[in-house]
Amino acid sequence: MRRLLRLFYIVLILGVAVAWLVLRPNPLPDDALAGMTGDPARGELIFWAGGCASCHAGDKATEDAKLVLKGGQRFPSPFGTFVAPNISNDPEAGIGAWSDLDLANAMARGVSPKRRHYFPVFPYASYAKADLQDIVDLRAYLATLPADPTPSEAHEVGFPFNIRLSLGGWKFLFLKDGWVVDGDLTVEEQRGRYLAEALGHCGECHTPRNALGGMETGRWFAGGPVPAGRGNFPNITPAKLDWSNTDIVEYLTSGFTPEYDSAGGHMALVVQNMARLPANDRAAIAAYLKRVPPSE
Amino acid sequence: MKKFFVGLALATIAFTGAASAQEAPFAKQIKARQGIMVYRALNIGVLGAMAKGEVEYNAEAAQKAADALVSSGKLDVSMLYVPGSSNAENPDSTVKPEVFTEDLGIGAKAADFNTAAEAMQAAAGGGLDGLKAAMGPLGKSCGGCHEVARIPQN
Repeated sequence: MRRLLRLFYIVLILGVAVAWLVLRPNPLPDDALAGMTGDPARGELIFWAGGCASCHAGDKATEDAKLVLKGGQRFPSPFGTFVAPNISNDPEAGIGAWSDLDLANAMARGVSPKRRHYFPVFPYASYAKADLQDIVDLRAYLATLPADPTPSEAHEVGFPFNIRLSLGGWKFLFLKDGWVVDGDLTVEEQRGRYLAEALGHCGECHTPRNALGGMETGRWFAGGPVPAGRGNFPNITPAKLDWSNTDIVEYLTSGFTPEYDSAGGHMALVVQNMARLPANDRAAIAAYLKRVPPSE
Repeated sequence: MKKFFVGLALATIAFTGAASAQEAPFAKQIKARQGIMVYRALNIGVLGAMAKGEVEYNAEAAQKAADALVSSGKLDVSMLYVPGSSNAENPDSTVKPEVFTEDLGIGAKAADFNTAAEAMQAAAGGGLDGLKAAMGPLGKSCGGCHEVARIPQN
């Protein structure tokens, strides 16, 4: 009996150890950014490509107010309502005190400076594919933006989704290395893929999610209902999006559809971001979209 | 008896007529609003086709379209956007109910459209490059309202 009890404890300890290995926050190695220095001018491009302001600027901010990343926008979901935090340059309320590595851990690993998991409403499942140099450049640009003392609000997420450690399991299941659209891509298509799959995080809305909130990469960009909201995210695979490359570029530049309707909702913000990229980047995204497998 | 049925039929027609009028208020106002949007889209389409290189640049046609856009911005639409005419009351409308209950800054956004249309008016007849450059701000000004005031389109 005592031997059985000992075996039980051994199994229990092993189980906890394995669970901890899976669930623990997994930051980058301390020397991951060795030799990199940030270029704020390049970082500005990363900032717009990544769409940081669309979520982290104050509610309904326009023009210059978009650069005050005080947070507060609310994002309802089946798991609760998330509130975008302050990522302005304020050392207390924002991320003014963050190192390059802190930002890289946040974006590439979904891990906070205090070594806690972020909720994947912060699209690190996409940002994890970004080049670390781009993140370092972004850090340099963010440091040039205004500080705002507005404190971040707590997320309104109930049990059991508020157990941060369980997000280690989410990451184990859904954080994937490598590109979704693979194969023989031209240099332009690869650039578009980088912008769409990593920085632009298009899939976070345009790819349907499973019951646990993971992106169904087998139905990449096939669209789906807006969580806890009205309407649908449109299918932007070639099965539904039959626009020419020129049409797509025009849409990402001015927001005009081929019928000269214009982008609405959150996509209007995305277009404003894309419009700040060089024209050949928008052409690259259009080229990439043509290579996405058609999905009904 | 026959009279009764005729009376019943008439009453039914009257009732359903009243009910459908109640279900779809401000149908004409909504049609007029959407008509203005289509009118703008047609004119922007003339400019957009040139910007995209689908048709050859034509200064006269571009000017005409840009002038029409500016004119469309001068219409008094206050009698069209009336409380009770949102998508919540009439599904034919794509206007969010918040437009009539909250301050979404629509007035300033409409002014942005006029500014962008006037910039297009100044540029459209002067060459393709100017027209192309004016497309972005014009589209952004359209999106300004559509972002906050329109229900999801998909």
